[in-house]
Amino acid sequence: MTVLESMAPPTGGRFGDFGGRYVPESLVPACAALETAFREAWADATFHERLAELRSVYAGRPTALTPATTLSADLGITLMLKREDLAHTGSHKINNVLGQALLAQRMGKTRLIAETGAGQHGVATATAAALFGMRATIYMGERDMARQRLNVFRMELLGAEVIPVTAGSRTLKDATNEAMRGWVAAVEEAHFCLGSTAGPHPYPWLVRQFQRVIGEEARAQAPVHPDVVVACVGGGSNAAGTFAGFADTRARLVGVEAAGGAAMTHGRPGVVHGYRSMLLQDEQGQILEAESISAGLDYPGIGPEHAHLGATGRAEYVTVTDDEAVAALGRLARAEGIICALESAHAVAWVLRAAGTPELPAGSTVLLTLSGRGDKDMATLAGVTE
Amino acid sequence: MKRLYPYLTGGITEDWTDYLLAYQEAGADAIEIGLPFSDPMLDGTTIQRASDRSLRRGTTVDTILADLAAVRDRISVPLFAMTYANLVFRDGPAVFCRRLAEAGVSGLIVPDVPVDEADGLSAAAEAAGVDLVLLAAPVTPPERLAEIAARSRGFVYAVSVLGTTGERDELAGTAAPLAARIKAVTDLPVLIGFGISGPEQATAAARAGDGVVVASALMRRVLDGATPGELLDDVAALRAAVDQADQEVPADHAHAEVSGDRG
Ligand SMILES: Cc1ncc(COP(=O)(O)O)c(C=O)c1O
Repeated sequence: MTVLESMAPPTGGRFGDFGGRYVPESLVPACAALETAFREAWADATFHERLAELRSVYAGRPTALTPATTLSADLGITLMLKREDLAHTGSHKINNVLGQALLAQRMGKTRLIAETGAGQHGVATATAAALFGMRATIYMGERDMARQRLNVFRMELLGAEVIPVTAGSRTLKDATNEAMRGWVAAVEEAHFCLGSTAGPHPYPWLVRQFQRVIGEEARAQAPVHPDVVVACVGGGSNAAGTFAGFADTRARLVGVEAAGGAAMTHGRPGVVHGYRSMLLQDEQGQILEAESISAGLDYPGIGPEHAHLGATGRAEYVTVTDDEAVAALGRLARAEGIICALESAHAVAWVLRAAGTPELPAGSTVLLTLSGRGDKDMATLAGVTE
Repeated sequence: MKRLYPYLTGGITEDWTDYLLAYQEAGADAIEIGLPFSDPMLDGTTIQRASDRSLRRGTTVDTILADLAAVRDRISVPLFAMTYANLVFRDGPAVFCRRLAEAGVSGLIVPDVPVDEADGLSAAAEAAGVDLVLLAAPVTPPERLAEIAARSRGFVYAVSVLGTTGERDELAGTAAPLAARIKAVTDLPVLIGFGISGPEQATAAARAGDGVVVASALMRRVLDGATPGELLDDVAALRAAVDQADQEVPADHAHAEVSGDRG
């Protein structure tokens, strides 16, 4: 396979062996209609114009590409940071949501349903709903509501209804189940605004297409092609969007998972939330609960395109512990004056650990996507660093 | 004869197969056995709780099949397993279906494997002699409905409502039109399920289709600690309700055909 083909559109709803549309019959027509609407929109210049305009006049794009000068000197590499923390609402999640809200509007939907872990996707969805005059219903695990209180407050201030999910681990996995249940019951009027490159076809593809703006901007902004492109991976949307800009270059693509949610490293193929991918599961096929300090990476699955990129060897997946992520967040803050999200700090932590080793030799040029800003994590950090 | 297919979450209690025997004695025509999954996307709170409770007891597909094998001689009604894709695909659909057949389970319902994803599973089920039952929903368009009906085995499962499993105050208005649409394209029995919560609804649903599946209303009772003897009474009441629809067949059959023409 050529490098270029490695991030092609899915064929038959699949990336290699992964993906598909494993949803109840009640949702199949909605997924099919969404796919049709997306294909039409993506081929429509007017749609792209509206999206481009929203990105620039509303969301603050393009986001900066910042040279991390102090860390570069310390580590003996050239490190560039793609600053999704500077996007409106504080993370890359807005890129996807603006695209999906435009699609929802095109399809005549009046309501957005979303799942959220860190709350960033929930905030982005609540924001788009406010902007477009739609209703928003956000499902969030109780445990995440407690550790991302600030974002719960933001969502409610924006007029969204936040529904606490008390099942299972009370995190993103359970919120996703509940959002899908909510969608089944409201499928005719509501659009399910899924927050990552996961879920049934066409979501993994559609979300990657709406996120590829990260990689495309970064490629145009970077003075040279990077040797290594790195991003954190929960469901995989900021990484997929970043990788999409570089898949046809010689750059190594590195996805960083939380050690407690490392579907690529510790998972096996399986089906959950409508898609087939690598999943943390027990011998019986029951899905395991992930365990990460970062709510956005605290998820037992990974987007199917990543499973495919991993299987073909086009991308590599590594893991970082909670402690490493917390330390990296602090070091980035002191060295560069940027407080990033705990999720993004996983990508930083891998660079800190690998720089100067054969994994990331001195002299490398590294492009790292900082997926979000850290305000939401200050309470968590205060708890672990008191 | 209108049919009654009550549901039981496998492994819900230590002697869960006593409930099966009670269902059978009360006049069940077949029994659906839930193989509990950690993330039951199409289930409401009652079946979620039942699944959780069963899993916490250490239930696995293997323990359920072993328990079934032990009572096999005493079960004469067909058994359908109901579960989610990940458990079916864990060892591959061929192995899974063969093990069902060996334990005396003759049918399989997997709500997160729609017809488009069912090729491998339906071949495996057929090879093992297991009926793969497909589900149709109120939003299923006509061409797709015909494909589902043509590829379903055993019966066609009419999902009465846009929603999850779980009790509801009344039979959804979408139930009868859907059943009529399915009956217009197949000779297989059409069973209506999701939200059938008591005898009155069972009668109404049985009128519209060939029978009913009742799950959450029974599992709520089991979760609340009702004994197999008490469930026998519940299922007997449903049996009587379903039989009542039978006695009214001539008039209501005509009614179903009219809504079929409209729907
Ligand atoms: C700041 C931030 N980064 C990363 C993620 C992980 O998501 P994804 O892997 O889809 O980019 C989240 C999810 O909540 C997030 O809020």
